[in-house]
Amino acid sequence: MWLYILKRLGLMIPMLLGITLISFSVIHLAPGTPTDMQTTLNPKASLEAQKRLRELYGLDKPLMVQYGDWLTRLVHLDFGRSFSPDRRPVWDKIKERIGITLSLNLMSLIIILGVSIPIGVIAAYRAHSWFDQATTLFVFFGFAMPTFWLALLLIMFFGVYLDWLPISGLTSLNYRQFSFWQKVQDLGAHVTLPVLVAAFGGLAGMSRYMRANMLEVIRQDYITTARAKGLPERVVIFKHALRNALLPVITILGLSVPGLIGGSVIFESIFAIPGMGQLFYGAVMARDYPLVMGELVIGAVLTLVGNMLADVGYALVDPRIRAG
Amino acid sequence: MRQREFWTHFKRNRMAMTGLALVLGLFVVSIFAPWLAPYDPLSINLKEVLMPPSPAHYLGTDTLGRDVLSRIIYGSRVSLKVGFVAVGLATLIGLFIGALAGYYGGWVDSVLMRLVDLMLCFPAFFLILAVIAVLEPSIWNIMAVIGLTSWMGVARLVRAEFLSLREREFVTAARALGAGDTRLILRHMLPNALAPVMVSATLGVAGAILTESALSFLGLGVMPPTPSWGNILTAGKDNIEIAWWLSVFPGLAILITVMSYNLLGEGIREAIDPRLKD
Repeated sequence: MWLYILKRLGLMIPMLLGITLISFSVIHLAPGTPTDMQTTLNPKASLEAQKRLRELYGLDKPLMVQYGDWLTRLVHLDFGRSFSPDRRPVWDKIKERIGITLSLNLMSLIIILGVSIPIGVIAAYRAHSWFDQATTLFVFFGFAMPTFWLALLLIMFFGVYLDWLPISGLTSLNYRQFSFWQKVQDLGAHVTLPVLVAAFGGLAGMSRYMRANMLEVIRQDYITTARAKGLPERVVIFKHALRNALLPVITILGLSVPGLIGGSVIFESIFAIPGMGQLFYGAVMARDYPLVMGELVIGAVLTLVGNMLADVGYALVDPRIRAG
Repeated sequence: MRQREFWTHFKRNRMAMTGLALVLGLFVVSIFAPWLAPYDPLSINLKEVLMPPSPAHYLGTDTLGRDVLSRIIYGSRVSLKVGFVAVGLATLIGLFIGALAGYYGGWVDSVLMRLVDLMLCFPAFFLILAVIAVLEPSIWNIMAVIGLTSWMGVARLVRAEFLSLREREFVTAARALGAGDTRLILRHMLPNALAPVMVSATLGVAGAILTESALSFLGLGVMPPTPSWGNILTAGKDNIEIAWWLSVFPGLAILITVMSYNLLGEGIREAIDPRLKD
């Protein structure tokens, strides 16, 4: 097992290099030098900022050297300083927001799993029943629904019309004066809509995937065997079938990380949540290049880590992977 | 013969035919937009700002008094353009990379597939936004960016098809007859690998339309005054407490459009391989 993890970690190193290479080329995509472009496109980029950018990327040096320098700084988690008036280091800005984004995404993952697994299992077990058809319809809507539109509809209904839930930020203005339980309640009310929106995007895909898995497993010989030896149906479904159908879900969880992180830009900017996504959106709007680069690299690294965890998780529960 | 078989399966599928009809309807709407739209989508009328739906303006007016129905009708042009150009680009890149990887195998394959893995590591929306921060938001840049960040699925599909086609007898026969690499790839293998690509391209149009509308909604896509479904929704968000029609109708347009392409794509998939139906 440890060998497998080590091997898997080793595989990450070339990927990390590749990620930095692509991120580096994105900033060099533009015609001319990045500093020219910032002065023409961004009135906020002063001559001083331009000079600092030159220093930051060492634009007078050859590309390879520039890349090498940038990479050396990255290893020390030095992403440069933001262009925004506070001029804070990019890493500090990301660090204080990454937790919010990750916990919101974790909550939506839990909801996705909690809802889609039962849906998938029942839909597969009672294939072609009314329940199966209803969920198929739901899945179809789910795939086509723009998440930001769903967010607007939910805001309109729960926030404006019913006035039940707050529609922006993470906490109320007088949060500091609340007692502990009031704080929990306040936070909970604030994250309800964003988490629902974030979860919705993944629900359709996961339910469908779960249904397909379960159908596949139910057809296997060992299920027939389990039934033939007289096991109660509950045991057959939950112990024999479900456990095997759940295995590939671990991989899908890993694969869903980039979608969730990318999606956080949308729901965080709609609900004004101070997470990584909102930070990234602001950086793009202000053409704060060091911050954009930093976020891009961190976003990809998070994906890489997510995939790695999924692979290791899979190997933990399925010995066949370790051997191969 | 295969084509006729495809059609018999496709025609029998009610969902697929609905999707096809809706997609064709959308084409008609965007081609004939000037005749269908009751008003000029750009004409500002400050006397009729934020009017709710009425017989004069079926879907109401926006913050500048422009007719929402007309803007939605013209907005379909943006979606159609972005959908097709972006997916066309992605499909071309995917075909090229997938064909090279699958045909040559070996180190060419490993290098190209690692590139695919790498691209998949980036949250697509992050990559798109980063490129837009560097370039300028405009409809052309949006198309290019979406195309450049969504070819990986096609590449994997085509590679897999080529890997299996490479071993088939008709390819060996063509090679024995002296066909060169280019001829083998373009004339013999590519046509046989196109079916799954068509499915993924149709579904890809839906995805590209969703991405464009999200970008325009965030103010990083199609720029006003050009109407796009996403940027009408931005106004909807800003006036969410007073003008529900600005949020509801453009979103409905996106939902229906995306659903039509999904239905069509799934229909094509089932018609190509009827066994897939469950």
